[in-house]
Amino acid sequence: MTEPCCPTGGGAQGNVMILACSGGSNVGQLSNQAAVELTVEGFGKMFCLAGIGGHLSGFVQSAKDIPAMVAIDGCQVGCAKAILEHAQVPLKAYVVLTDLGIEKNKNFTLERGTLEKVKAAVREACKDLPTDAPSGSICCG
Amino acid sequence: MEIKVLGPGCKKCQQTEAVVKEAVTESGVQASVGHVTDAMEIASYGVFGTPAVVVNGEVKSVGKIPKKEEVLSWIRAAS
Repeated sequence: MTEPCCPTGGGAQGNVMILACSGGSNVGQLSNQAAVELTVEGFGKMFCLAGIGGHLSGFVQSAKDIPAMVAIDGCQVGCAKAILEHAQVPLKAYVVLTDLGIEKNKNFTLERGTLEKVKAAVREACKDLPTDAPSGSICCG
Repeated sequence: MEIKVLGPGCKKCQQTEAVVKEAVTESGVQASVGHVTDAMEIASYGVFGTPAVVVNGEVKSVGKIPKKEEVLSWIRAAS
């Protein structure tokens, strides 16, 4: 049985693997929420950083083979970056929320304006990524 | 050795399966080549896209048609 493949190309939109640190602070949760919203909006697809951290081959190989990927870290501790380095996955685009002037704290009530600032920074970081990535979870590359 | 091609049955998945079978034949190694089309089973491997290739349970390639030389190197490493 032959089934059609999902469309590719046409810009980085929809093709970006998004990996958020999702840590236990406001900036960690901002990174997570930004990844969720960018996925819902069709900019890219959030992927499981924990799977890469666990060195599960499907997750690690996916991150290695995807042409367009962005990692979002809440702060300079850089957990997402460290996980990728540990799994020997090269960084392709990278955003650190505290570098955007967002202060790290334990207030988990996320502000809409701050979230939009994070999402804009992620989009900007991805503007030079390749555009020929698969655009669906079970799509052909 | 067990090799699986993950994909919904599209052209690129079929091309990947052909490359894998060619590599297996060329290597002379005893290996079974399967094709997983079930979306849930594909998802269980944690792959971001297809076609993907799994050798003895380890995902080797995701979202592209691998070159025969690549597949041969995986086969040699696993045998």
